[in-house]
Amino acid sequence: MQHNAQEPHASLPGVVFAAGESPLFALDDSVRILQRKPIGHYRVPTYLRGKVGTVVQIITPIGIDNEEEGFGRDAGVKLHYYRIAIPMSELWPEYSGSPRDGLRVEVYETWLERI
Amino acid sequence: MHESNEHGHPHAEISHTERPGYYEIMETAVRELLVEKQLIGAGEIRRQIEVLDSRTPALGAKIVARAWLDPDFKARLLKNGRAGCEELGISFYDDTGLIVLENTEKVHNLIVCTLCSCYPRPVLGLPPDWYKLKPYRSRAVSEPRAVLAEFGTIIPDDVEIRVSDSTSMVRYLVLPRRPEGTEGFTEEQLAALVTRDAMIGVIPANSPAAENAP
Repeated sequence: MQHNAQEPHASLPGVVFAAGESPLFALDDSVRILQRKPIGHYRVPTYLRGKVGTVVQIITPIGIDNEEEGFGRDAGVKLHYYRIAIPMSELWPEYSGSPRDGLRVEVYETWLERI
Repeated sequence: MHESNEHGHPHAEISHTERPGYYEIMETAVRELLVEKQLIGAGEIRRQIEVLDSRTPALGAKIVARAWLDPDFKARLLKNGRAGCEELGISFYDDTGLIVLENTEKVHNLIVCTLCSCYPRPVLGLPPDWYKLKPYRSRAVSEPRAVLAEFGTIIPDDVEIRVSDSTSMVRYLVLPRRPEGTEGFTEEQLAALVTRDAMIGVIPANSPAAENAP
Protein backbone atom coordinates (compact mmCIF):
# COMPACT_ATOMS: atom_id res chain seq x y z
CA MET A 1 0.00 0.00 0.00
CA GLN A 2 1.55 3.25 -1.10
CA HIS A 3 0.47 6.80 -0.51
CA ASN A 4 1.80 9.05 -3.16
CA ALA A 5 1.58 12.24 -5.06
CA GLN A 6 0.72 10.70 -8.38
CA GLU A 7 -2.42 11.40 -10.27
CA PRO A 8 -4.80 8.44 -10.14
CA HIS A 9 -4.63 6.17 -13.14
CA ALA A 10 -7.05 6.83 -15.95
CA SER A 11 -9.13 3.86 -17.02
CA LEU A 12 -8.28 1.90 -20.16
CA PRO A 13 -11.08 2.43 -22.69
CA GLY A 14 -13.77 -0.15 -22.00
CA VAL A 15 -12.70 -0.73 -18.40
CA VAL A 16 -15.35 0.44 -15.95
CA PHE A 17 -14.20 1.64 -12.53
CA ALA A 18 -16.34 1.00 -9.46
CA ALA A 19 -17.88 3.93 -7.61
CA GLY A 20 -15.23 5.59 -5.48
CA GLU A 21 -12.27 4.37 -7.53
CA SER A 22 -12.26 7.53 -9.59
CA PRO A 23 -11.86 10.78 -7.68
CA LEU A 24 -14.84 13.15 -7.68
CA PHE A 25 -12.57 16.18 -7.68
CA ALA A 26 -9.71 17.10 -9.98
CA LEU A 27 -6.55 19.13 -9.53
CA ASP A 28 -7.22 22.88 -9.35
CA ASP A 29 -10.91 22.36 -8.51
CA SER A 30 -12.29 24.96 -6.10
CA VAL A 31 -13.93 23.24 -3.17
CA ARG A 32 -15.58 24.13 0.09
CA ILE A 33 -14.95 22.09 3.22
CA LEU A 34 -18.40 21.32 4.54
CA GLN A 35 -19.80 23.19 7.50
CA ARG A 36 -21.05 20.25 9.54
CA LYS A 37 -21.18 19.78 13.27
CA PRO A 38 -21.41 16.09 14.07
CA ILE A 39 -21.00 15.24 17.72
CA GLY A 40 -17.86 13.31 18.54
CA HIS A 41 -14.26 13.22 17.38
CA TYR A 42 -13.93 14.01 13.69
CA ARG A 43 -10.82 14.51 11.63
CA VAL A 44 -11.74 17.84 10.05
CA PRO A 45 -10.60 20.63 12.36
CA THR A 46 -13.42 23.07 13.12
CA TYR A 47 -11.36 26.10 12.03
CA LEU A 48 -11.41 24.71 8.48
CA ARG A 49 -15.11 23.93 8.21
CA GLY A 50 -16.90 26.13 5.71
CA LYS A 51 -13.61 27.38 4.22
CA VAL A 52 -12.81 27.49 0.53
CA GLY A 53 -9.69 26.04 -1.02
CA THR A 54 -8.15 24.42 -4.08
CA VAL A 55 -7.32 20.78 -4.76
CA VAL A 56 -3.53 20.59 -5.15
CA GLN A 57 -3.10 16.82 -4.91
CA ILE A 58 -5.26 13.72 -5.12
CA ILE A 59 -3.93 11.33 -2.52
CA THR A 60 -3.78 7.67 -3.44
CA PRO A 61 -4.55 4.96 -2.65
CA ILE A 62 -8.18 5.41 -1.71
CA GLY A 63 -8.87 4.84 1.96
CA ILE A 64 -11.71 3.83 4.21
CA ASP A 65 -13.68 6.52 6.00
CA ASN A 66 -11.80 6.41 9.26
CA GLU A 67 -14.44 8.50 10.99
CA GLU A 68 -17.00 5.77 10.35
CA GLU A 69 -14.43 3.15 11.29
CA GLY A 70 -13.61 5.05 14.46
CA PHE A 71 -17.20 4.75 15.61
CA GLY A 72 -17.37 1.06 14.75
CA ARG A 73 -19.67 1.54 11.78
CA ASP A 74 -19.28 0.00 8.35
CA ALA A 75 -16.28 1.43 6.61
CA GLY A 76 -16.09 -0.88 3.63
CA VAL A 77 -16.39 1.92 1.12
CA LYS A 78 -13.13 3.56 0.10
CA LEU A 79 -12.82 7.08 -1.26
CA HIS A 80 -10.06 9.58 -1.95
CA TYR A 81 -8.38 12.08 0.31
CA TYR A 82 -7.44 15.39 -1.28
CA ARG A 83 -4.68 17.79 -0.33
CA ILE A 84 -6.38 21.16 -0.18
CA ALA A 85 -4.61 24.53 -0.31
CA ILE A 86 -6.28 27.35 1.61
CA PRO A 87 -4.86 30.88 1.75
CA MET A 88 -4.17 32.12 5.29
CA SER A 89 -6.22 35.18 4.41
CA GLU A 90 -9.26 32.91 3.86
CA LEU A 91 -8.82 31.47 7.35
CA TRP A 92 -7.81 34.61 9.23
CA PRO A 93 -9.09 37.93 7.87
CA GLU A 94 -6.58 39.74 10.09
CA TYR A 95 -3.62 37.68 8.85
CA SER A 96 -0.60 39.93 8.65
CA GLY A 97 1.99 37.71 6.92
CA SER A 98 2.60 37.44 3.20
CA PRO A 99 -0.63 37.14 1.16
CA ARG A 100 0.90 34.04 -0.45
CA ASP A 101 1.10 32.17 2.88
CA GLY A 102 -1.23 29.23 3.05
CA LEU A 103 -2.40 26.11 4.78
CA ARG A 104 -2.40 22.57 3.38
CA VAL A 105 -4.64 19.86 4.76
CA GLU A 106 -5.85 16.46 3.63
CA VAL A 107 -9.64 16.15 3.55
CA TYR A 108 -11.79 13.10 2.87
CA GLU A 109 -14.10 13.22 -0.14
CA THR A 110 -17.27 13.18 1.97
CA TRP A 111 -16.28 16.53 3.51
CA LEU A 112 -15.91 18.47 0.24
CA GLU A 113 -18.32 20.19 -2.08
CA ARG A 114 -17.59 21.72 -5.47
CA ILE A 115 -18.11 25.43 -5.86
CA MET B 1 22.50 -5.27 38.25
CA HIS B 2 22.60 -3.22 41.43
CA GLU B 3 19.80 -3.80 43.88
CA SER B 4 20.87 -0.92 46.04
CA ASN B 5 22.39 2.48 45.52
CA GLU B 6 26.01 1.33 45.41
CA HIS B 7 27.18 2.54 42.00
CA GLY B 8 29.24 5.50 43.03
CA HIS B 9 26.84 8.42 43.31
CA PRO B 10 23.93 9.09 45.61
CA HIS B 11 20.52 9.85 44.25
CA ALA B 12 16.92 9.61 45.30
CA GLU B 13 15.19 6.32 44.91
CA ILE B 14 13.67 6.03 41.41
CA SER B 15 10.04 5.24 41.98
CA HIS B 16 6.48 6.23 41.20
CA THR B 17 4.98 7.61 44.35
CA GLU B 18 2.10 9.66 42.95
CA ARG B 19 -1.27 8.06 42.52
CA PRO B 20 -1.92 7.07 38.89
CA GLY B 21 -4.18 9.41 36.95
CA TYR B 22 -7.52 8.63 35.38
CA TYR B 23 -6.14 7.72 31.94
CA GLU B 24 -3.25 5.76 33.38
CA ILE B 25 -5.70 3.59 35.32
CA MET B 26 -7.88 3.22 32.22
CA GLU B 27 -4.87 2.16 30.12
CA THR B 28 -3.83 -0.42 32.70
CA ALA B 29 -7.37 -1.78 32.96
CA VAL B 30 -7.84 -2.07 29.19
CA ARG B 31 -4.39 -3.59 28.69
CA GLU B 32 -4.95 -6.18 31.41
CA LEU B 33 -8.35 -7.05 30.01
CA LEU B 34 -6.96 -7.48 26.49
CA VAL B 35 -4.16 -9.70 27.76
CA GLU B 36 -6.52 -11.66 30.03
CA LYS B 37 -8.86 -12.32 27.10
CA GLN B 38 -5.82 -13.34 25.03
CA LEU B 39 -6.54 -10.76 22.34
CA ILE B 40 -2.97 -9.53 22.63
CA GLY B 41 0.02 -10.79 24.56
CA ALA B 42 2.42 -8.95 26.84
CA GLY B 43 5.13 -9.78 24.30
CA GLU B 44 3.31 -7.87 21.58
CA ILE B 45 3.13 -4.75 23.72
CA ARG B 46 6.83 -5.01 24.51
CA ARG B 47 7.59 -5.56 20.82
CA GLN B 48 5.64 -2.43 19.84
CA ILE B 49 7.61 -0.42 22.38
CA GLU B 50 10.79 -1.72 20.73
CA VAL B 51 9.42 -0.62 17.35
CA LEU B 52 8.76 2.90 18.67
CA ASP B 53 12.12 3.10 20.46
CA SER B 54 13.92 2.20 17.23
CA ARG B 55 12.56 5.28 15.44
CA THR B 56 14.55 8.45 16.00
CA PRO B 57 15.35 11.66 14.07
CA ALA B 58 18.54 9.93 12.88
CA LEU B 59 16.38 8.07 10.35
CA GLY B 60 14.87 11.28 9.01
CA ALA B 61 18.34 12.85 8.85
CA LYS B 62 19.59 9.93 6.76
CA ILE B 63 16.68 10.38 4.35
CA VAL B 64 17.38 14.10 4.02
CA ALA B 65 21.13 13.60 3.52
CA ARG B 66 20.50 10.96 0.87
CA ALA B 67 18.07 13.27 -0.92
CA TRP B 68 20.67 16.07 -0.91
CA LEU B 69 23.27 13.75 -2.46
CA ASP B 70 21.18 11.74 -4.90
CA PRO B 71 18.85 13.72 -7.19
CA ASP B 72 17.14 10.57 -8.46
CA PHE B 73 16.37 9.44 -4.91
CA LYS B 74 15.11 12.93 -4.10
CA ALA B 75 12.75 12.84 -7.07
CA ARG B 76 11.37 9.48 -5.98
CA LEU B 77 11.07 10.69 -2.38
CA LEU B 78 9.13 13.80 -3.36
CA LYS B 79 6.86 11.76 -5.60
CA ASN B 80 6.15 9.15 -2.93
CA GLY B 81 7.62 9.80 0.50
CA ARG B 82 6.71 6.48 1.96
CA ALA B 83 8.17 4.47 -0.92
CA GLY B 84 11.37 6.52 -0.71
CA CYS B 85 11.78 5.70 2.98
CA GLU B 86 10.89 2.05 2.43
CA GLU B 87 13.63 1.94 -0.20
CA LEU B 88 16.09 2.73 2.61
CA GLY B 89 14.60 0.03 4.84
CA ILE B 90 12.30 2.14 7.00
CA SER B 91 8.87 0.54 7.45
CA PHE B 92 5.55 2.28 8.03
CA TYR B 93 4.24 0.13 10.84
CA ASP B 94 1.25 2.44 11.37
CA ASP B 95 0.22 2.34 7.67
CA THR B 96 0.33 6.11 7.33
CA GLY B 97 1.33 7.81 4.10
CA LEU B 98 4.19 10.30 3.90
CA ILE B 99 4.44 13.46 1.86
CA VAL B 100 7.90 15.00 1.85
CA LEU B 101 7.80 18.80 1.60
CA GLU B 102 10.82 20.44 0.01
CA ASN B 103 11.94 23.82 1.28
CA THR B 104 13.23 26.08 -1.48
CA GLU B 105 14.23 29.68 -2.01
CA LYS B 106 10.56 30.46 -2.53
CA VAL B 107 8.73 28.14 -0.13
CA HIS B 108 9.15 27.32 3.55
CA ASN B 109 7.17 24.38 4.96
CA LEU B 110 6.06 23.83 8.53
CA ILE B 111 4.16 20.85 9.94
CA VAL B 112 1.63 20.67 12.76
CA CYS B 113 -1.28 18.57 13.95
CA THR B 114 -3.96 20.89 15.29
CA LEU B 115 -6.20 18.01 16.38
CA CYS B 116 -3.71 16.01 18.42
CA SER B 117 -0.16 14.82 17.78
CA CYS B 118 0.00 13.26 14.30
CA TYR B 119 3.70 13.14 13.48
CA PRO B 120 5.93 11.19 11.09
CA ARG B 121 6.79 8.69 13.83
CA PRO B 122 8.11 5.97 11.50
CA VAL B 123 10.94 8.32 10.47
CA LEU B 124 11.30 10.71 13.46
CA GLY B 125 10.13 8.75 16.51
CA LEU B 126 8.09 10.47 19.20
CA PRO B 127 7.27 14.17 18.83
CA PRO B 128 8.66 16.78 21.23
CA ASP B 129 6.30 17.93 23.99
CA TRP B 130 5.87 21.43 22.53
CA TYR B 131 4.60 19.89 19.29
CA LYS B 132 1.74 18.28 21.22
CA LEU B 133 0.79 21.31 23.31
CA LYS B 134 -1.95 23.74 22.38
CA PRO B 135 0.12 26.91 22.00
CA TYR B 136 2.12 25.44 19.11
CA ARG B 137 -0.86 23.60 17.63
CA SER B 138 -3.06 26.68 17.52
CA ARG B 139 -0.45 29.30 16.66
CA ALA B 140 1.36 27.34 13.92
CA VAL B 141 -1.72 27.65 11.71
CA SER B 142 -2.73 31.19 12.66
CA GLU B 143 0.55 33.07 13.06
CA PRO B 144 3.29 30.80 11.66
CA ARG B 145 5.72 33.66 11.10
CA ALA B 146 5.57 34.65 14.76
CA VAL B 147 6.05 31.03 15.85
CA LEU B 148 9.03 30.64 13.52
CA ALA B 149 10.52 33.90 14.79
CA GLU B 150 10.37 32.52 18.34
CA PHE B 151 12.50 29.62 17.12
CA GLY B 152 14.89 32.22 15.68
CA THR B 153 13.75 31.58 12.12
CA ILE B 154 12.97 34.75 10.21
CA ILE B 155 11.31 34.05 6.86
CA PRO B 156 11.49 36.91 4.32
CA ASP B 157 8.15 38.22 3.12
CA ASP B 158 8.81 37.08 -0.45
CA VAL B 159 9.06 33.48 0.75
CA GLU B 160 5.73 31.67 0.90
CA ILE B 161 4.95 29.80 4.10
CA ARG B 162 3.01 26.56 3.74
CA VAL B 163 1.70 25.02 6.93
CA SER B 164 0.64 21.39 6.57
CA ASP B 165 -1.93 20.31 9.17
CA SER B 166 -1.86 16.51 9.58
CA THR B 167 -5.32 15.17 10.22
CA SER B 168 -5.71 11.52 9.34
CA MET B 169 -3.94 9.28 6.85
CA VAL B 170 -0.93 11.27 5.79
CA ARG B 171 2.13 12.47 7.69
CA TYR B 172 4.63 15.09 6.57
CA LEU B 173 8.39 15.47 6.66
CA VAL B 174 10.14 18.71 5.76
CA LEU B 175 13.15 18.40 3.47
CA PRO B 176 15.26 21.39 4.57
CA ARG B 177 17.51 23.28 2.19
CA ARG B 178 21.06 22.00 2.00
CA PRO B 179 23.33 24.42 3.87
CA GLU B 180 26.02 26.29 2.02
CA GLY B 181 29.59 25.19 2.51
CA THR B 182 28.77 21.48 2.44
CA GLU B 183 30.19 20.63 -0.98
CA GLY B 184 32.00 17.32 -0.81
CA PHE B 185 30.38 16.30 2.47
CA THR B 186 29.61 12.62 2.96
CA GLU B 187 26.10 11.38 3.73
CA GLU B 188 27.08 10.98 7.39
CA GLN B 189 28.50 14.51 7.59
CA LEU B 190 25.37 15.93 6.01
CA ALA B 191 23.04 13.91 8.24
CA ALA B 192 24.77 15.37 11.30
CA LEU B 193 23.50 18.81 10.25
CA VAL B 194 19.86 17.73 10.09
CA THR B 195 17.95 18.03 13.35
CA ARG B 196 14.46 16.96 14.35
CA ASP B 197 13.31 20.58 14.45
CA ALA B 198 14.58 21.20 10.91
CA MET B 199 12.45 18.30 9.69
CA ILE B 200 9.39 19.77 11.47
CA GLY B 201 10.26 23.03 9.70
CA VAL B 202 10.77 25.34 12.68
CA ILE B 203 14.48 25.89 11.93
CA PRO B 204 16.80 25.40 8.95
CA ALA B 205 19.40 22.66 8.83
CA ASN B 206 22.52 23.58 10.78
CA SER B 207 25.32 25.20 8.85
CA PRO B 208 28.73 23.51 9.16
CA ALA B 209 30.06 26.56 11.02
CA ALA B 210 27.27 26.45 13.60
CA GLU B 211 27.86 22.75 14.06
CA ASN B 212 31.40 23.47 15.28
CA ALA B 213 30.30 26.29 17.56
CA PRO B 214 30.33 25.60 21.31
